[in-house]
Amino acid sequence: MLTPKEIQSRLGRVLPTVQKPGRYTGGELNQVVKDWDSIATKVALVFPDIYDLGMSNLGLAILYDLLNQREDVLAERAYVPWTDMEAAMRREEIPLYSLETKHPLADFDIIGISLPYETLYTSTLNALDLAGIPLFSAERGSEHPLVIAGGHSTFNPEPMHAHIDAFVIGEGEGAIQEIVDIVQTLKRGTFERPELLQALSRIWGVYVPSLYEAHYHEDGTFASIEKLDPEAPLPIDKRIEAALPPPTTRFIVPYVDTVHNRAPIEIMRGCTRGCRFCHAGMITRPVRERTVDEVLEAIEETIRHTGFEEIGLLSLSSSDYTHVVELVERVHERFGEEHLSVSLPSLRIESVSVNLMDALKGGRKGGFTLAPEAATEKMRKIINKPVSTEQLLETAREIYSRGWTTIKLYFMIGHPSETLEDVQAIVDLCKAVVAEGRKVIGGRAKLTAGVSTFVPKPHTPFQWVPCDSIEQIKAKQDLLKEELRGRGLKLNWNNPYETQLEAWLSRGDRRMAEVVYQAWKNGAKFDAWGEHFNYKAWTDAFETVGLDPAFYTHRHRPLDEVFPWEHLSTTLRKKFLTQDYMWSLEGRIRIDCREQCFACGILPAFAGLRRENPGDVWQCPEVSQGRVISIKDEDLLPVISGQ
Amino acid sequence: MRLKITFAKTEAMRYTSHLDLQRTWERTLRRARLPLAYSQGFNPHPKINLGAALPLGFTSQDEMIEVWLEEQVPLKEIESTLTPALPPGIKIQVIQESELRVPKLQTLIQSTIYAVELSHPLPALSDRIGKLLSQSSIIRQRRVKKKLREYDLRPLILDLHSEGEDKLQMHLSALPGATGRPDEVLKALDIDPLTAHIHRSEIILKGT
Repeated sequence: MLTPKEIQSRLGRVLPTVQKPGRYTGGELNQVVKDWDSIATKVALVFPDIYDLGMSNLGLAILYDLLNQREDVLAERAYVPWTDMEAAMRREEIPLYSLETKHPLADFDIIGISLPYETLYTSTLNALDLAGIPLFSAERGSEHPLVIAGGHSTFNPEPMHAHIDAFVIGEGEGAIQEIVDIVQTLKRGTFERPELLQALSRIWGVYVPSLYEAHYHEDGTFASIEKLDPEAPLPIDKRIEAALPPPTTRFIVPYVDTVHNRAPIEIMRGCTRGCRFCHAGMITRPVRERTVDEVLEAIEETIRHTGFEEIGLLSLSSSDYTHVVELVERVHERFGEEHLSVSLPSLRIESVSVNLMDALKGGRKGGFTLAPEAATEKMRKIINKPVSTEQLLETAREIYSRGWTTIKLYFMIGHPSETLEDVQAIVDLCKAVVAEGRKVIGGRAKLTAGVSTFVPKPHTPFQWVPCDSIEQIKAKQDLLKEELRGRGLKLNWNNPYETQLEAWLSRGDRRMAEVVYQAWKNGAKFDAWGEHFNYKAWTDAFETVGLDPAFYTHRHRPLDEVFPWEHLSTTLRKKFLTQDYMWSLEGRIRIDCREQCFACGILPAFAGLRRENPGDVWQCPEVSQGRVISIKDEDLLPVISGQ
Repeated sequence: MRLKITFAKTEAMRYTSHLDLQRTWERTLRRARLPLAYSQGFNPHPKINLGAALPLGFTSQDEMIEVWLEEQVPLKEIESTLTPALPPGIKIQVIQESELRVPKLQTLIQSTIYAVELSHPLPALSDRIGKLLSQSSIIRQRRVKKKLREYDLRPLILDLHSEGEDKLQMHLSALPGATGRPDEVLKALDIDPLTAHIHRSEIILKGT
């Protein structure tokens, strides 16, 4: 393995020849460099895409900060090089290295990979390959780093089960500390890898796939998961933080341009809205909020540490943050003179949202974004996102009249039961919105419709439904392209082939791991980048492995099917999801669960934590000593049981 | 209040482009919480003005930036708040107050001096320089708005000499529309610019 000095010297030759060399140098403000030889445990945090994207990942920024606060740990960063740099690195035999000290990744104790979405899987393998680390967990010994991963897509980790030694299911702040502790304890003596993996599996939220074996029925559907280690947990409950830890404010400030040029501050985790298509809304429960004071303090510190000109106040649904009006007023009061642009994404479609944005003076260059997701009452009831068209038009009028010229509307096609009429309704709605704009500001009124394609996600009420076929998607997109044009209108859509890939992987089982590997061997990488997406690499991989891609996407899964991700528990009860799916078929709305608890399962699972954190930290009802909400199955499933 | 800050751009920021350097300065000034002046309009921008652009991969000890502040701040105080806010890769040489009415930096820049270090000694270096300078014109091509245009490099070279077999110094014109690039001079000398480390040692302003 090369020394950091040798890597640095080879980089000197290579960097002047590649695009944006600033991606590969490190050395930015707020990076943490520690004395390598005097630190017990070394962690490399990897985002399996390029620097420009990875630097905007909040999860890794949090872990970087937390780990580097420990005196016995150092955390450094690595990203996947762009193709020109990858070619140069392979030519010059430079292994994937950390930006801080230029150590090869193989020299670290732990490689922590962020997997927020599925289209990063092949690039993950590419990163391991560039690092010279065996791609299969089974081929790694005690001399190799421990390879762990976390992030939203690992709530169904099975398509990567063969490549990752251990997954963190859920929130990583506490889990990463315990993982480090175990690695440290074992490293003091001699240990075998199975011993390490076994010890890790006892940590709340950690899933070690090699301790389980999957069984399938003859028709290919999943039968069961078997514990190979009798002490291993089953199911593996997700990890949560009882209260959100203090926000990270010492972000690394990149020298080169990145995707989001802003410092993110999470104001709330979780969402109570219950949109049925929304993976994040189901897996990040319960809702926990930060106080206004804590957020303001975090903004203050962030400016002092980074000088960022924009702060993003993040949550899944900003309007639902209990003290949103107070927050906005106080942000304005305290930072109004600082030329700070504060963004508040994911606002509800109502005029209050326009007031909030107005008060933030966030600049009007980017347009005002709203996400109705569907355009007809019928579809809105199916997906549980009730917004009336009148309300949308009224909000749009307000937006145009307050100085914004562009409104961005996000829709999804491919929801269950959707017809071409529902798609046509998207066109009509967009035209109605821009017509409202014209009444207010004339020809300057613009509208951008971002129409993505729905992918059924595991652990959601839509986990049973088939995904639209490529032909269906194309027909719907053709209609949009044909109809949604004219003055002031712009349409964005997703490549239907990329949607298929996401759909295969989202609800894939363990057998998909071989497909991912073959696809990578066939040249697949950067699957989320249109210009690199290689559909044939994937279809060939399915063929080699002998699996039918349609099995994963176009099959209507029966209600009693056992899913290959069920042993990873979000703590939402399957009966809750089934009922919600049934309600969807009836067009029945489930109101915000802050107004009424629907016993999704979170409270009984975390009753102890809730009890220790009373008050409005959690938006779930209080749990008193010895009492856990229980709802009888017959109350939950009137539809299934025919009552 | 109008400031002229002279600074060094060192190894850590070698690969930071002109535009990215501009943003880095904006953030540095924000971290220092200096009372920056902003432009008017819907999207106000801080009033700062970077001098001559330094090509990617070069280092420099004589970069300049002008900064406008809303109010008068003692220079000593500016230095003491700015220094801890600097990122790795920027070192302040000197902070001066300038007259509000003098023209912008760019219009004052006359020429620049570069120190070049080659990765390997080149015994023929001084001969090649002599030959190049003896030509009355050196026609080279450059890309202007996606089109190749011919231009004469010779009059842009004000001085060029070697220091031993692996170092050279060049003094190049830097007037609008007549700016000599050191990598072009190296190419004209048949030296691959990738094998050289180019360092800007001085920017010469009108009237200095």
